[in-house]
Amino acid sequence: MNVVVPFEGIGASVRRKEDLRFLSGRGQYTDDINRPGQTHAVILRSPHAHAEIKGIDIAAAKAMPGVLAIFTGADMAAENIGGLPCGWQIHSKDGSPMAEPPHPVLAVGKVRHVGDPVAVVIAETKQQARDAAEAIAVEYAVLPAAATMEQALAPGAPQIHEGAPGNLCYDWHIGDRAAQEAAFARAHKVITFETTNNRLVPNAMEPRSAIGEYDSTSGDYTLFTTSQNPHVIRLLMGAFVLHIPEARLRVVAPDVGGGFGSKIYHYAEEAIVTWAAGKVKRPIKWTADRTESFMSDAHGRDHITKAELAVDAQGKILGLKVHTHANMGAYLSTFAPCVPTYLYATLLAGVYTTPVIYAEVKAVFTNTVPVDAYRGAGRPEATYLLERLMDVAAKELGLDRVEFRRKNFIPPDAFPYQTPVALQYDSGNYHATLDACLEAADWKGFEARRAAAAKGKLRGIGISTYLEACGIAPSAVVGSLGARAGLYEVGTIRVHPTGSVTVLTGAHSHGQGHETTFAQLVADRLGVPVAQVDVVHGDTAKVPFGMGTYGSRSLAVGGSAMVKAMDKIIAKGKRIAAHLMEASVEDVEFDRGIFRVAGTDKSKTLADISLAAYVPHNYPIEELEPGLEETAFYDPKNFTYPGGCHVAEVEIDPETGKVEVVNFTAVDDVGRVINPMIVEGQVQGGVAQGIGQALLENAIYDQQGQLLSGSLMDYSMPRADDLPPVGVATHTTLCTHNPLGVKGCGEVGAIGSPPAVMNAVVDALRDYGVRHIEMPATPAKIWNIIHGGRRMAAE
Amino acid sequence: MPQVTLTVNGTKHTVEVEARTLLVELLREKLRLTGTHVGCDTSQCGACVVHMGGDSIKSCTILAVQCEGAEVTTIEGLAKPDGTLHPMQEAFREYHALQCGFCTPGMVMSAIDLVNKHPQGLTEQEIREGLEGNICRCTGYHNIVKAIAAAADVMHGKRSELARAAE
Ligand code: FES
Ligand code: FES
Repeated sequence: MNVVVPFEGIGASVRRKEDLRFLSGRGQYTDDINRPGQTHAVILRSPHAHAEIKGIDIAAAKAMPGVLAIFTGADMAAENIGGLPCGWQIHSKDGSPMAEPPHPVLAVGKVRHVGDPVAVVIAETKQQARDAAEAIAVEYAVLPAAATMEQALAPGAPQIHEGAPGNLCYDWHIGDRAAQEAAFARAHKVITFETTNNRLVPNAMEPRSAIGEYDSTSGDYTLFTTSQNPHVIRLLMGAFVLHIPEARLRVVAPDVGGGFGSKIYHYAEEAIVTWAAGKVKRPIKWTADRTESFMSDAHGRDHITKAELAVDAQGKILGLKVHTHANMGAYLSTFAPCVPTYLYATLLAGVYTTPVIYAEVKAVFTNTVPVDAYRGAGRPEATYLLERLMDVAAKELGLDRVEFRRKNFIPPDAFPYQTPVALQYDSGNYHATLDACLEAADWKGFEARRAAAAKGKLRGIGISTYLEACGIAPSAVVGSLGARAGLYEVGTIRVHPTGSVTVLTGAHSHGQGHETTFAQLVADRLGVPVAQVDVVHGDTAKVPFGMGTYGSRSLAVGGSAMVKAMDKIIAKGKRIAAHLMEASVEDVEFDRGIFRVAGTDKSKTLADISLAAYVPHNYPIEELEPGLEETAFYDPKNFTYPGGCHVAEVEIDPETGKVEVVNFTAVDDVGRVINPMIVEGQVQGGVAQGIGQALLENAIYDQQGQLLSGSLMDYSMPRADDLPPVGVATHTTLCTHNPLGVKGCGEVGAIGSPPAVMNAVVDALRDYGVRHIEMPATPAKIWNIIHGGRRMAAE
Repeated sequence: MPQVTLTVNGTKHTVEVEARTLLVELLREKLRLTGTHVGCDTSQCGACVVHMGGDSIKSCTILAVQCEGAEVTTIEGLAKPDGTLHPMQEAFREYHALQCGFCTPGMVMSAIDLVNKHPQGLTEQEIREGLEGNICRCTGYHNIVKAIAAAADVMHGKRSELARAAE
């Protein structure tokens, strides 16, 4: 009988292994876990943006039914509990280190944003804890707040931290200022452009949750948490906050319901439940309400930028100057300082040959929730700035926006390409992705579609040609730039005696489908069917070490570690096979599960070899240890550089001002594609978030620092009828420095799409004399442009 | 404490609840049916959707005590006892209509009700509008819409099984 084995290796759209449990309600997210004797925590948060805490009276609350304990910042301070650490140190222009004010787990003396944790109540039920939290009396002396960067930088502004005069965290720069000035002096034209990158709330659908547990017999602590990187949490919380040695602290991140960056960071609640579990000697669960997520999850973006582009008479870019203010919020979240610097300003060359760039970035403290990486992190801000600027410049120079881009592209034969802002791109072909996308989006046919647009509708088309840097990151490089951690990844391949495989990886899926994609890598290299490959992640007790999933790094870094480990397995397997088949090691070949002696018909399967490795009756025991398990650390040699082209087509209803994205086309170069179905899904999801940023989403604080868009009723998340079908194609150039040739696909959608949409919106309004519209392009804004102008003309 | 008797996935339960207990809390905490999720506190996200008396409802927006005598189906009760998935579950897997899976139970329950209530079939626009009450942050809905259209054909007997999604 002929058994047809479906191809499951690299390039196959294998259906996901994880889906069965998610579809049948058997996923295990943190809040789904219930520990024996579990209690519940509710956190009392500041209602004020900036206030002194004059006193906290817990007496009445403590006497309420079911209450087991109440802790405040003073209780933690009394035990020398550390503040939440920051993982990246930036130095200012003058060489001084950034201001790094303390970030207490529970507020001490002062609160600095609405939602700052003040006290925790632990009770038998969540309702009892909530009732008691309401009964805590906190006396605040409200201080004037600096809710915006403008307020924070104004003379005489309220000082948020003692150690950060003027509310400045750092004043950093990159590039050659003298060269930039010289280039501008020669310019035919200098185009100036100012823009705000709107503040966003990541809003993973699973709210954050944490369960702390203490075993008084062993002295071991366990934390279950909604994290993209449990090992990093163990490191940060154990070493810097609670002073628990690694061996005594286990961190488990089970199924994680989306993250997009917001679940990278070490949050106060993780430390609170772990520490308090040691006090009440029972497990403690905390789960955020959505409203609480809005005021405690790190937000994203929030830049104000002024840029100038110098161009010669032929339309070649001579230089770029950028000045950005980046909002840090009230405290430094784990990776916040690197986002507007090394993940932003280093991207300002984009896909263009801009020879000189000078960028200054000032990071500012405000009385708002901390801001950190959100899908794309710095790269969407850079891309938005550049790609809007390219359109504005093309228009002012009287050039076609596509030809202006083409003229300035880094040519395909220029790789490796050194930019003036530190990065060296390894590969790419921007002409190819542009051509493919214009073709797929029928760019040529647009004017006909514009003419045929439904009666009265204003139709526009926009393009964005972008690049990003991900696969984060070479440890030595990021170390020299201020990272306080290495950014390698770890993979273990365990071949079991009967030939099935367990993969242990430090990367951690929060929707990306690692259980499937990683299994495909094993199927491809070791010839083991996907069904027989088990991927284990998200548990520090099972996986040796890891740095987690963010910056589109899981495959480029985590997958590469697995390849390295598999190569060790193959090398050892060959030696065992040589012994069993009485051949020399050099003559043994391996291909997809079979070891062969070259030029003979002798062969052994991987299962034969693994059985011999674990039952070493006939085994080269003098030279080789038994067993077939290998671990590898992979430290990337460079970032990876996905890029591509996005085209958006919109229709605006002038009566309502509503923008509808009618077509969206993406052609991305994400390097080698392992599972095309998953890659398409990642791009579509990223594009949805990008369209959300462009048209709908905006986190707004009032002058007193109250978050006005603090619930899903006030913060506009993209819904199914807000979005178009998203056409996705890939065009591959291989990454040259990792063994898989992969680049990463998790963030490209969110990076490339916002400027494509906004360029289309501005194009649709070309008859209204609009140079620029800030995101989000809400109906109110558009309506005012259309009707405000008309009314003025009529007056 | 008030008592409520209701049937969930074919099994009758009598449960003591507080007057303020929500149906979703009863399901998750008392019955340990954790497939039904909570994604918000303003009745916006739809992660909590279940069927009650054949209609989809947001289980975060109804008190447990209002469910006396009700017939409730949750995501755990969709597949046949032998494990055969409902065509909607099957379609979500086939069309990669889920990523993190958190919105998925509510999405599937809403989608089934949407299809049931449109025996004449659904346009893409109708599917998109029908999902107004369910937020997915991961997928951009593209594949969810495709999956629902495909499942609708199977549920209405227009197709006996799912064609393999376009490769
Ligand atoms: S939990 Fe969000 S609508 Fe019910
Ligand atoms: S799959 Fe993650 S929210 Fe829908």
